[in-house]
Amino acid sequence: MSLPNPAELIRQMAVDLRAHLARRAIAEPRFIGIRTGGVWVAQALQQELADTSPLGTLDVSFYRDDFSQNGLHPQVRPSELPFEVEGQHLVLVDDVLMSGRTIRAALNELFDYGRPASVTLVCLLDLDAGELPIRPNVLGATLSLAAHERVKLTGPAPLALERQDLATASAL
Amino acid sequence: MSISILGARVIDPSSGLDTITDLHLENGRIVALGAAPAGFNASRTIQADGLVAAPGLVDLDVSLREPGYSRKGNIASETRAAVAGGVTSLCCPPQTRPVLDTSAVAELVLDRAREAGNSKVYPIGALTKGLEGEQLAELVALRDTGCVAFGNGLKEIPNNRTLARALEYAATFDLTVVFHSQDRDLSHGGLAHEGAMASFLGLPGIPESAETVALSRNLLLVEQTGVRAHFTQITSARGARLIAQAQELGLPVTADVALYQLILTDEALRDFSSLYHVQPPLRTAADRDGLRAAVKSGVIQAISSHHQPHERDAKLAPFGATEPGISSVELLLPLAMTLVEDGLLDLPTLLARLTAGPAQALRLPAGELKVSGAADLVLFDPKASTVAGEQWLSRGENCPFIGHCLPSAVRYTLVDGHVCHEA
Amino acid sequence: MTPFDAKRPLQLNDQGQLRHFLSLDGLPRELLTEILDTADSFLEVGARAVKKVPLLRGKTVCNVFFENSTRTRTTFELAAQRLSADVISLNVSTSSTSKGETLFDTLRNLEAMAADMFVVRHSDSGAAHFIAEHVCPDVAVINGGDGRHAHPTQGMLDMLTIRRHKGSFENLSVAIVGDILHSRVARSDMLALKALGCPDIRVIGPKTLIPVGIEQYGVKVYTDLAEGLKDVDVVIMLRLQRERMAGGLLPSEGEFYRLFGLTTARLAGAKPDAIVMHPGPINRGVEIESAVADGQHSVILNQVTYGIAVRMAVLSMAMSGQNAQRLLDLENAL
Repeated sequence: MSLPNPAELIRQMAVDLRAHLARRAIAEPRFIGIRTGGVWVAQALQQELADTSPLGTLDVSFYRDDFSQNGLHPQVRPSELPFEVEGQHLVLVDDVLMSGRTIRAALNELFDYGRPASVTLVCLLDLDAGELPIRPNVLGATLSLAAHERVKLTGPAPLALERQDLATASAL
Repeated sequence: MSISILGARVIDPSSGLDTITDLHLENGRIVALGAAPAGFNASRTIQADGLVAAPGLVDLDVSLREPGYSRKGNIASETRAAVAGGVTSLCCPPQTRPVLDTSAVAELVLDRAREAGNSKVYPIGALTKGLEGEQLAELVALRDTGCVAFGNGLKEIPNNRTLARALEYAATFDLTVVFHSQDRDLSHGGLAHEGAMASFLGLPGIPESAETVALSRNLLLVEQTGVRAHFTQITSARGARLIAQAQELGLPVTADVALYQLILTDEALRDFSSLYHVQPPLRTAADRDGLRAAVKSGVIQAISSHHQPHERDAKLAPFGATEPGISSVELLLPLAMTLVEDGLLDLPTLLARLTAGPAQALRLPAGELKVSGAADLVLFDPKASTVAGEQWLSRGENCPFIGHCLPSAVRYTLVDGHVCHEA
Repeated sequence: MTPFDAKRPLQLNDQGQLRHFLSLDGLPRELLTEILDTADSFLEVGARAVKKVPLLRGKTVCNVFFENSTRTRTTFELAAQRLSADVISLNVSTSSTSKGETLFDTLRNLEAMAADMFVVRHSDSGAAHFIAEHVCPDVAVINGGDGRHAHPTQGMLDMLTIRRHKGSFENLSVAIVGDILHSRVARSDMLALKALGCPDIRVIGPKTLIPVGIEQYGVKVYTDLAEGLKDVDVVIMLRLQRERMAGGLLPSEGEFYRLFGLTTARLAGAKPDAIVMHPGPINRGVEIESAVADGQHSVILNQVTYGIAVRMAVLSMAMSGQNAQRLLDLENAL
């Protein structure tokens, strides 16, 4: 099965997002990308929408639920949210949705900044492997992988998807 | 009990003997070297091919911890450990509790030593009452009870006049004074040699001058009073040189060094291991080399263990809160053999530093193998090895050499013709 | 190269991650940089409304202070709390050890109460090593200062301060002034600066306060303040303790201030944008002039903020390293 082209997906996602925001009467949301892939997708999305508002970046390392198993990620970088979260409508963007734990961590972290008015979740890919009840509001595509496979977004330009085999830890 | 020891390489440094021959012992004495005397019937024969027979080792500084420090050891346990190390005669220092400053305490020690039946014990009596450094102890009474020399333990006598008078008094009766040279004020609060390592570890330092200042003062007073002096626990190359100079001047001065000072340096402290916390402290590689040279040349004529057993708790704390000392008398011979292995000394010279040298320094009736002399011997296999700690007899396990494989192994130690240790 | 090339496997797990934090000696540059980077992230957390992250939720951190210190203990408490840990602070001078319980037993008892991490301050050099090696090898031990030997979190927060105000260590000139002999902060700073590549590290003080063998740290020694401060980018002032006069190391605070006190006039010899640091608490008029301590060059108060972030970084990295080792041990046992 071949992998979709992120640029094409993002074009359609922009259309869907615009519609979704219109239905909810959300005028000027703020975009937040989850590092690193989510940031690239958010940037591409903003460009597609001609949105020039400042982009927030979120590093969820301190909120992951697997600290006891996997410890602290060595490349922690600070989160940067150049706007108030309190009372704000947010668009949270991530590249690949798998178990849903990253999104949960991101939500926990966002709420430590303040109480947003709403959070709209946008994902490039859903691997349909959710372990938590988390669904994106706007989705690029669903993908089914074998248990030993993963997919990775490379970027920022051009954005491309790469399939990886965990067993050999190499790109297929 | 009569014993024949056949085919050993018999080395007696005091006479220069070094040959393969037989030894015959009876009633606690050596009755013949070579052929057995007529009518001699050995009740036990030891086949000693490949073994070396030497005078039993003479260790001038072994803390027995009795009376007063029973958690750390006692006369029975520590003299037993000593014979395992090949030691048949040892001197115990006066810092017991109560201090060895009365005949009663000296008698107690000698009685216990006799009961234990291991190494012979020659106590060193206190020079001053309670080791306080003020009033003279009854030196002659102590001598008559069996003290072979007098010292002030690890404590300095800070008052020079008191010290000078004590030395004069001792000189009156031709008594040997044992000096431990460490200036009280220069060494105050110090835990390690004042050098790069102590600075790095943040440990308060004891400068070399703590030893040399005290040593110089002591040597000048020795010269002035004419007392026989033995300087124990030299730790610095400079200190060894001062001793050499005094000897060149013809002063009656002898010296010993702790065996571990010839092997370890302050590098050993790197991980804050309390096993290497000793007083006086381990110094630099240059000092160790200077001490080794002095041992080789004979300026330092005796090697002692400076045996200080401790209970586990005494070492189970941060470095500064631990008590100083290494327990090592039961490794004296194998550990000393590393000096032969290193090429520093040949075997007869090493044995001289462990037998005749120390005996002569304190004028002890020990350290030689001769017909009609006491049958105090050690038989060891120079080709075998000892894994330190496989068997451990001392109450104190505070020994950094445990686990090391050391050259040679003591096979038999005999005191007055009795086999006190056999392996 | 740090002196004595002391590799410290005691502090690192099998994957080279921090599992105890005892001293900066032997820690590779990459690890020190990782601590600084992680601390940067925690600084960001401290700037938010909710200053907490859930990393150490459910874990118990015991601050065991055998030596009194309000400021260090408070910052460690804050750091642990901001990681959502449960925090216990023990001032041992007032409790069991004064009743004769050994250090060994005090800590074993705490471990039995399921402490996950100890932060220890003690007046004996090597105390933290002793605890990590002999008492509780599976509980992360963070050295909050041991005798004269090391104060690694202070060293790292000083480095973070320098990095945030000066960028990199590559072309920097740093002077450490005062009682080097008794200072664990100075020792940790010298080791950190060397490891991070600072080319010009200077120590300034009278000979009585400079330890033997200081050259092993790769520093230059000055006994004249003016000469030592010439064109430096960073001045770290050390605290002078009253006891030094009693020990015959110095004649008086007045003479020390005259010769080594950091005044506005003296500071003028450093670079115009030089920063002034101090581990605190400061002795005004003894090692530093009030005008300088409160002046525009001073980053002393920032150091306190950075201190919380650095301690959060160290606590979480050490917990992470212990967890990782535990997993490795389980795998190996299978």
